[in-house]
Amino acid sequence: MDILGIPLQALLGQLMLGIVNGSFYAVLSLGLAIIFGVLKIVNFAHGAFFMLGAFTAFLLAQYMGLDYWVTLIVAPLLVAAFGMLFEFLFLRRLYGLDPIYGLLLTFSLVLVLEGGFRVAFGSSGQPFATPEQLRGTINLGFMILPLYRGFVIVSALLLCLVTWFIIERTSLGASLRAATERSELTQAFGINVPRLITLTYGVGVGLAAFAGVLAAPIFHVNPSMGSSLVIIIFAVVVIGGLGSIMGAIVTGLGLGVVEGFTRVFYSEFSSTIVFLVMVLVLLLRPAGLFGREEG
Amino acid sequence: MPAKPSFKTLVVSSAVLSLGSIASAMASDDYSDGVVRIGVLTDMSGIYTDLSGEAAVEAVRMAVEDFGGEVNGVPIEVIYGDHRNRADTGASRAREWYNNDGVDMINDLSNSGVALAVAAVADEQQRHAIVNSSSNIGLTNDYCSPYVTHYTYDAYSLAQGTGQSIVEDGGDTWFFLTVDFAFGIGLEEQVSEVVRDAGGQVVGAARHPLDTTDFSSYALQAQASGAEIIGIASTGADAINAINALAEFGVTPDQRPAALLLWYDDIVSLGLDTAQGLLLTNAFYWDANDETREFSQRFYERTGRMPNMAHAGNYSSTIHYLNAVEAAGTDAPDAVSEQMRELEINDFFASGGYIRDNGRMVHDQYLWEVKSPDESEYDYDFLRLVTTIPGEDAFQPLDESTCHLLNGN
Amino acid sequence: MRTLSYTGLALLALALLAVPFVPQLVYSVFVMKTLCFVLFACAFNLLLGHTGILSFGHAAFFGTGAYVTGQLVKAYGVPTDLGILAGGLVAAALGALIGALAIRRSGIYLAMITLALSQLVYFFFLQAPFTGAEDGLQRIPRGTFLGVIDLRSDTALYYVVLGIVAAGLWLVWRTVNSPFGNVLRAIREHEPRAISLGYPVARYKVLVFTISAGLAGIAGSLKAIVFQLAALYDVHWHTSGDVILMTLLGGMNTVFGPAVGAALVSALNHYMDPFGAWVTVITGLVFMTCVLTFRQGVVGELGQWLRSRRASPSAPRARPRSPAQQQ
Repeated sequence: MDILGIPLQALLGQLMLGIVNGSFYAVLSLGLAIIFGVLKIVNFAHGAFFMLGAFTAFLLAQYMGLDYWVTLIVAPLLVAAFGMLFEFLFLRRLYGLDPIYGLLLTFSLVLVLEGGFRVAFGSSGQPFATPEQLRGTINLGFMILPLYRGFVIVSALLLCLVTWFIIERTSLGASLRAATERSELTQAFGINVPRLITLTYGVGVGLAAFAGVLAAPIFHVNPSMGSSLVIIIFAVVVIGGLGSIMGAIVTGLGLGVVEGFTRVFYSEFSSTIVFLVMVLVLLLRPAGLFGREEG
Repeated sequence: MPAKPSFKTLVVSSAVLSLGSIASAMASDDYSDGVVRIGVLTDMSGIYTDLSGEAAVEAVRMAVEDFGGEVNGVPIEVIYGDHRNRADTGASRAREWYNNDGVDMINDLSNSGVALAVAAVADEQQRHAIVNSSSNIGLTNDYCSPYVTHYTYDAYSLAQGTGQSIVEDGGDTWFFLTVDFAFGIGLEEQVSEVVRDAGGQVVGAARHPLDTTDFSSYALQAQASGAEIIGIASTGADAINAINALAEFGVTPDQRPAALLLWYDDIVSLGLDTAQGLLLTNAFYWDANDETREFSQRFYERTGRMPNMAHAGNYSSTIHYLNAVEAAGTDAPDAVSEQMRELEINDFFASGGYIRDNGRMVHDQYLWEVKSPDESEYDYDFLRLVTTIPGEDAFQPLDESTCHLLNGN
Repeated sequence: MRTLSYTGLALLALALLAVPFVPQLVYSVFVMKTLCFVLFACAFNLLLGHTGILSFGHAAFFGTGAYVTGQLVKAYGVPTDLGILAGGLVAAALGALIGALAIRRSGIYLAMITLALSQLVYFFFLQAPFTGAEDGLQRIPRGTFLGVIDLRSDTALYYVVLGIVAAGLWLVWRTVNSPFGNVLRAIREHEPRAISLGYPVARYKVLVFTISAGLAGIAGSLKAIVFQLAALYDVHWHTSGDVILMTLLGGMNTVFGPAVGAALVSALNHYMDPFGAWVTVITGLVFMTCVLTFRQGVVGELGQWLRSRRASPSAPRARPRSPAQQQ
């Protein structure tokens, strides 16, 4: 059976790969959405933190001989700690101001991080081996999927669900949501809001770094690997609906699939399609696909 | 320190003789503001820093030092600038250098948009520019100039080198993974022509946007095409991501990737595990012979890295330019142009190299294969020579060039 | 204060007129490039600073101006002056179109619509055969201005660019200091009130979008003539980011602050080559310091300082306004 001249089997394969790619978008846009939801800041350094995650994993493996599985945990934690320090020292001075200043500050951080890594490690990037246990392929019937890509889907979705659960279903998440809506009132209840905000930034940044480590074995690890990501990721968040955690996850996956099919039918347009989708969504459904209409 | 390249004293052409009286005068007013000034315009801070960058400046400095720091008693000065991969920034810097700062020659010029823009300025200002790290074939065609030299390689030599050799080796059905940029599409067209001329067949192509990270979709398309050879018409991160994805999805061994513009640095960052068996055309490899090893060793001591073909080209072209200035006895651009085209280039980089009237430096190109990790015996031991492509075959025949400087155009 | 600023303005004008005569001090082509960005940033600030609209897609207008002018002059032999005019008009038309779509939303959503549409414009120029993709539209002839001034001379071109940019800035100033500008400010401060007062707010927004885009287009056109090329970077979202940066660095609550910001960013780009690979890091640190210490921009802080010197020393510092805050 063919659809538009492409065998169904091939299309199923592309669907699968779209989901893999979408898993990265989901983790990244989830982090960005959380940060925007609580800090009201477009974290322009999200792509840089993605890069930082991959590089940290590379450095841990290279110079400390750490196993991939250890770096998958340790690297995001280190990057999250760095992010929290940045929030604590600088970002928090800009709260309550026009969000454009936060954007500018995080943009400056991109320059510092990308520039710094280019000075230290050159522009052409580093090799990063796929972990031993995940080499090889699995036969899905309609395609041969490299094992590692399967691992990406599973771990990314798992992490997304855990994060969603914490925010939507636990008391920590409840106070977080409360702090987002009524910051001063929450403070009055004895919850340390500034610390909560720092933590949130750490979680968002850590998610980006996790995506970076996940990407390291299959995408090329170099200082500019995240630089074109941020506007795409932010588009995903806007399409999903600002403030909607589930929206960011689902839209991330969906965009991966849409992009994947565009690569088959009109490849040149594949990095632009997200923006076309965004215009249409914003004009037809202003609050995004999963956002609440606000009065 | 080696002596100055010996050939410059050997070559005495009629043109030198006719200019001999001027040369012997050696008056410093034959040299604009009493200095021969070379500007290295490169990417110091962006994605091409490894391909040229600070090491390119160092290569030119080495050339000047090896030349003795002065030419006919006139001091040589090296300055550098960062074009930030923006054509306007590059053009503006070049203009300022030529107009205000007395720069006689601009070298390196990575990024084809920058190279074309600076070539235009050089042509207008009638000063020299030597392009080493960009592949744009327009430089020796529509945009050619008596003051612009395209030295190390170009898109045509890449197509000839890799395309021709692979087709001859039996790889005659091709699928292209092409970056949707003028450079990628041009390279794809060039190689397609070579493939068809040799009786091969192009079964399809996928054009991806710049900075694509996930090439898995393209790997499947390439697989489905059934082509024997997957031609990768991109460079840098795109090429590396494409090669990684092809390896991951197991297109080998029935299908084989061929990287059309892979740099030495890309192999370093791919790692031999993934890169082994790849074919690539490069004008220079550090470990080719004793002369290249000698140069590379010295380069390594200064920069902490092995030179790639652009670095070697920067060095060689600077020496050649200085030889031409010495022979002309002046840095007046027209006289130097004439000498540059007259003198032959014989050094570790090129043997019997010469510059055509359209500015193309013709010299042998080499097809290399990446070694497997087992074959690699010492640090930086990456490539094995497959074949040498004679300069005459490697570069666009003059009768195909649309350069207005050539007879009949 | 007023006489002070007039004296300053006169001195600046004199300095700008003298530029071609001191080539060793400052290079006139560099000043021309800076002037193009000055016009671009001031035009952009009509939206951000004066109407409270954040456009994240202004590169679309800048780049469209550059490409339209470049192609008309190079391929169709259109005189340079008409080419520049056409560049501005096409950019203005595009501005009207994008503006009309974008202003249906506000705040961050509006910014995202402009970003998205400008990405579509980028895609168009990437694909269009005449632009030469990443090679750029090269060797645009400079031609003559009004049929008499030969623009191949840098000096002649310099005065033409200076004249056009001055006219553009005058238009910005007139727009801000007009009844129309007052309505724009009313929209920025409190849009519902402006609506209830009966102003056709949407039409005002589209109009200011059009003016801003047209002037941005002229800035792009001029740059294409100065450098004889139009390149993809001109329509890339990085350029949209650059102009936001310039405006904020200079001070978005002033008329000519963005001009200072543009000059600052150009100078940073121009004079930092000796730092080699460190330039990106240093630029980042400079921006960071600016955001954290003088948030009202250079001109904004300067004005503040001058005012506070005249008033009592303990006068409270005004906080910067937040135009894009209503989401």
